[in-house]
Amino acid sequence: MQSEKVITAHELTKRFGDFVAVNKITFDVEKGEIFGFLGANGAGKTTAMRMLCGLLLPTSGQATVAGFDVYKQNEQIKKNIGYMSQKFSLYEDLTVSENIRFYGGIYGLSDAHIKEKSALLVKQLHLDGQEKTLVRALPLGWKQKLAFSIAIVHDPAIVFLDEPTGGVDPVTRREFWGLIYEASARGITIFVTTHYMDEAEYCNRVSIMVDGRIDALDTPANLMKDYSAASMDEVFLQLARKAVRSGD
Amino acid sequence: MQPVVVENIVQNYSTKKTVVEALKGISFTVDRGEIFGIIGPDGAGKTSLFRILTTLLLAESGKATVDGFDVVTDYKQIRNRIGYMPGRFSLYQDLSVEENLQFFATIFNTSIQQNYELIKDIYQQIEPFKDRKAGALSGGMKQKLALCCALIHKPSVLFLDEPTTGVDAVSRKEFWEMLHRLKEQQITILVSTAYMDEASLCDRVALIQKGELLSVDTPKNIIGQFKKPLWAIRADEMYKLMNDIAADPAVESCYPFGQYHHVVFKTQEKRRQTLEEIAKGGDHANVEIKPIEPNIEDCFMALMKD
Repeated sequence: MQSEKVITAHELTKRFGDFVAVNKITFDVEKGEIFGFLGANGAGKTTAMRMLCGLLLPTSGQATVAGFDVYKQNEQIKKNIGYMSQKFSLYEDLTVSENIRFYGGIYGLSDAHIKEKSALLVKQLHLDGQEKTLVRALPLGWKQKLAFSIAIVHDPAIVFLDEPTGGVDPVTRREFWGLIYEASARGITIFVTTHYMDEAEYCNRVSIMVDGRIDALDTPANLMKDYSAASMDEVFLQLARKAVRSGD
Repeated sequence: MQPVVVENIVQNYSTKKTVVEALKGISFTVDRGEIFGIIGPDGAGKTSLFRILTTLLLAESGKATVDGFDVVTDYKQIRNRIGYMPGRFSLYQDLSVEENLQFFATIFNTSIQQNYELIKDIYQQIEPFKDRKAGALSGGMKQKLALCCALIHKPSVLFLDEPTTGVDAVSRKEFWEMLHRLKEQQITILVSTAYMDEASLCDRVALIQKGELLSVDTPKNIIGQFKKPLWAIRADEMYKLMNDIAADPAVESCYPFGQYHHVVFKTQEKRRQTLEEIAKGGDHANVEIKPIEPNIEDCFMALMKD
């Protein structure tokens, strides 16, 4: 099967004055792949992610996301990606169905399409009867599952997940990963950051950023072999300990 | 005298329509000099419990003492002898590192010099930045400064509410190493976390979910209470494998754990053959099956179901 690249980055760099936040990172992500983007606080993950989402112009290097150029076509990029983080996801003072309608509308879905998606989503997440509940009143785990489903309501080519599972109970965390697997099986590419190293092992491939560079990129199994480590946690510690710059 | 005694503490939060039961009558005790972990997800009641024990919130009912002092009537004595690091960064952002530390030392009628030995290890890591405003520190450095400020009056009991949330794996590991050094100084430490893997770093833990304690014991004993055989299985198509296993009526649970799925059957008997058959039936390639020891997260999930 011919592989299809959904993200390509070549020597992508971002400087803030003298500070090189992201230093010549080069990598590709394939369609439907679950790609783990790891790094210690301050390694440059957020800056890299903001460039790939079309929110921040790179200083140099090239990158395309869903086939669009990060310099010239950032508006098209925004239409073709989904984004979710633990910090920002849904509007707490809107109901479940209002949030779906709002995001569906933002992404330009037709009323009929939104209606159809709403019904499907509510059923999938077992939220029947909760459509008129304020999101604020939902348990954290449900909120995050709903936020993920809404982030892909427009069937984007790729969804960026920035630490999506912090603080949720272990069962809900795994249900959340069930949704990720399902989306990936439907061909949606998943780009995910996490501090849970066991979650890094669910990814098809993982990159680890240290001081703005990508210092390792491979399947979790290969990384563990290369670093003679029993877990991704050990791989991460070996690499991140080399960091010279500190903090976020 | 045990430094922390909690008896049947209840806490509710009412809004116009609903009552949220944050703590449903919980009891436990903490021994002198131990690291006691309160482990559970967001919303389990960890912060309510900490606020009650640090005399910042009055419990609906129940009784609690810290160093023998009652959290309601003796709140002044308690405030003098405990250290508290809240979940949200609560130092003065517009004071420098050194000024913050000076401030906390002064309000506890002590000086940085007097208890410097206690914080030396930690403070030396942020000392190069002592003139920087606290608001401009990185997450890891803020955490270290907050710990110094909570320790500067040499508390007998230290309360740390989710000190490692949002902190990367390296800083988390360093933080726990600091706690173990503090333990040697005979400080009792209560620490809450949503990271299950941190349980193994505590002397004893209380697993908390929806305002109830699921278990209070040493990590080793909690793992020992896991009664059924646990299996780890992997293959090339992990998602399909999970669905195939979950669909089998003999299976109680199947959860992904890193590279493997952990499987528990409804009955006690060893079921390697059942797993082999499921893998064969689903045409799975590169199958590996092995019996394993449960970890705290396996136990937490099993207890959540009971």
